Amino acid sequence: MIEFDHVGKRFGSVQALDQLSLQFGPGKIIGLFGPNGAGKSTAMKMIAGLNQPDSGHVLVDGQKPRQSRDKIAFLPEIDYLYGWWTLKQAADFMRSFYADWDDNKYTELLGFLNLREDMKIGKISKGQRAKCKLLLTVSRRAPYLLLDEPLSGIDILTREEIINTLIRDFREGEQTIIISTHEINDVESLVDEVFFIDQGRIVVSGSAEELRITQGLSLVEIMKEAFRNVQQ
Amino acid sequence: MSQLDYDKSKAIYKQIIEDFQKQLIRGTLNPGDKIPSQRDYALKVSVNPNTVQRAYQELERIGLTETIRGQGTFVKADTAMITEIRQEMADDILDRFFAEMNSLGYSKEQITEIVNHRLMEMKGAISND
Repeated sequence: MIEFDHVGKRFGSVQALDQLSLQFGPGKIIGLFGPNGAGKSTAMKMIAGLNQPDSGHVLVDGQKPRQSRDKIAFLPEIDYLYGWWTLKQAADFMRSFYADWDDNKYTELLGFLNLREDMKIGKISKGQRAKCKLLLTVSRRAPYLLLDEPLSGIDILTREEIINTLIRDFREGEQTIIISTHEINDVESLVDEVFFIDQGRIVVSGSAEELRITQGLSLVEIMKEAFRNVQQ
Repeated sequence: MSQLDYDKSKAIYKQIIEDFQKQLIRGTLNPGDKIPSQRDYALKVSVNPNTVQRAYQELERIGLTETIRGQGTFVKADTAMITEIRQEMADDILDRFFAEMNSLGYSKEQITEIVNHRLMEMKGAISND
């Protein structure tokens, strides 16, 4: 389980996270939703141990994020791969770095995603680069998979491929996937649980199916509704 | 059912159950048939595996399917059950129809008239089996 307990984080004059408290339960696909600048990436990086709370604390299975890095596979929003690498070189790097790297899974997904090892990272399309990032993240058998905006700026067919890869690969019960996005429409049917955040706070949260049943609205509509109320 | 044609404002697991029920009624799925594994079905409709699991559990609980260890999940429903489901689904549609017509202020007589009129128009276009 991942826990945020009254977490605050400020960057200059911007309050990125504001007394944020939440729990991400195990075995679920969780959606972290909100507009740009809501604090999604800050929260994701904090779980990955890449930034520290100013106040409050974050725990991953009861430990500090920095002590649980081997449990977390993080797909950052930015392009972190060297352009002169081939996909094979990138995979070799990951393989040498992470003990939980799974070569069988890597080879299988390489085919499923229509990628080739000799592709040069700097020369391929944005969609293919997004698929490479996904492949390199998902090929680890980490119990927590953090995907920060994995779909943004990517064509619809590639988005479907990414979503199907996650469904195909999801290990029920033992894996937790946290996916942050502002493109909720694409992941309506993918997520079990959702957290809508704005200005570093939770606006609405709950089980996706229960929210649909009780409100009779899609997740996109629920978010619009929630933000309308916040602004009033 | 594919990724595009379910209603995102309703519980997805319920729509998966309805999808199977409709397949049984139409006869595209028959007693004894094997249904896809949860993983395959999840991929086919691009839905969260936990949601598919919930739907499959519910299908089994209401007696429409059974899982045989090592072999897969099979349709258990018999003809009587399928007839009953068909009747239930038709009742739901009628309930919604009457509620909506009521809210528009139609009387029973007006509803009868409108339905008869529509049936006349459709004559020949609809099969009466």
